[in-house]
Amino acid sequence: MLKGKVIEALQSVKDPEIDSVSIIELGMLEELEITTNKIVIKLLPTFMGCPALDIIKSNVIKAVSSIEEAGEVDVQFIFHPPWTSDRVSEAGREKLKEFGIAPPPRHIEETGEWQADCPYCGSTYTTMENLFGPTACRSILYCKSCKNPFEAMKPVSTLM
Amino acid sequence: MRYALEDALKNGAYRDAATELLFQLADDDFILAYRGSEWLGLAPHIEEDVAFSSISQDTMGHAAMFYQLLHGLGAGDPDHLAHARPAAERKNAVLLELVNGPGTYLTEPHYDWAFAVVRNYFYAQAKKVRIEALKNSSYQPLAEAAVKVNMELYYHLLHWKTWFTQLLSAGGEAKTRMAAAMEKVFEELDGLFSYGAQGEEFTKHKLIDSEDALKARWLQLMSPVFESLDLKMPEKFAMKSGNGRNGEHTEDLQTALDTLGEVYLFDPAASW
Repeated sequence: MLKGKVIEALQSVKDPEIDSVSIIELGMLEELEITTNKIVIKLLPTFMGCPALDIIKSNVIKAVSSIEEAGEVDVQFIFHPPWTSDRVSEAGREKLKEFGIAPPPRHIEETGEWQADCPYCGSTYTTMENLFGPTACRSILYCKSCKNPFEAMKPVSTLM
Repeated sequence: MRYALEDALKNGAYRDAATELLFQLADDDFILAYRGSEWLGLAPHIEEDVAFSSISQDTMGHAAMFYQLLHGLGAGDPDHLAHARPAAERKNAVLLELVNGPGTYLTEPHYDWAFAVVRNYFYAQAKKVRIEALKNSSYQPLAEAAVKVNMELYYHLLHWKTWFTQLLSAGGEAKTRMAAAMEKVFEELDGLFSYGAQGEEFTKHKLIDSEDALKARWLQLMSPVFESLDLKMPEKFAMKSGNGRNGEHTEDLQTALDTLGEVYLFDPAASW
């Protein structure tokens, strides 16, 4: 019962920089421990230097503490297992697109190169403008079909 | 055997060795990320400004993670470790503390992009070699951290390698300036591979492979790049300004610490 409510509360916590996608859809929730007087939530940061982590943490505490039965709420960031971009859920991938961000590509060439389809028109005719984007987890691309610049979530995997 | 945090805390010699190694890892990333941040707004073009600041942010994140691991081992508060330790206690390689060039980021910053490219490329490759070795570290939390760092580092290395090869394949003054920058970096490069006075403890406790093994691996990975660009790898590197692992540093580090610690030291108890 309580677990369902906690998950629901976590679903309401969005990435501060992509406000259509929740931290659950991004695959950041790794562990949820619920005991009589304490809720421990272990999250995986997407990138270690992400400045949004503190904001996410306080938003999680705020959201979960508002549940009536909730006792103390403890939020921890852990880096094992590492977050990888394949943890983004199907719903998360769709919502990223709605926000104008291509979901992380599932395939990376042996050379390390990858492609992302345009989130606006779906074209595969895109070019990489800058591997590094406005935040650590995004790159900047350009669609040659609809002539829009767009961002893509960087693929990260343990195979790199 | 693999040591969890609890195991490390029970074994004094092991804990000391892990602490020493973690200070080297943390301080290296911390000071280079700071030097990178000084380039903000000054990089050759806007795309590079975005990329370099992103890399510096990742690198600072790695330093923060290593300071956090130190905190676990009882070394103190991570913010204090980053901001308030005097130069003589810092364990970063001298190469990484050197100024970006003449001037400061506020007044007349005549920074040297060639030096930035060479220093960052050589460091990213050395860090890659080190992180690969750390994936097999006997200290479990460090081995886990290495997996995370490695995924981000992949993009850094790709970035600096691209700059390095492009500038060395370019005409004009690029080649001459890159050659001068390489000469400067080689003069301190040995300090990056050094583990300092307590280095034997690292290998004894199987925290990381030997200095020699890592250096050989770096050379092996760099050689094809050097050959393709018609560059000659020097027979030996130097450590001209002292061994940072033993707390020997240049004036550049002190100046950087005075600047970066100014706000923190104004009121260490303030909450942000």
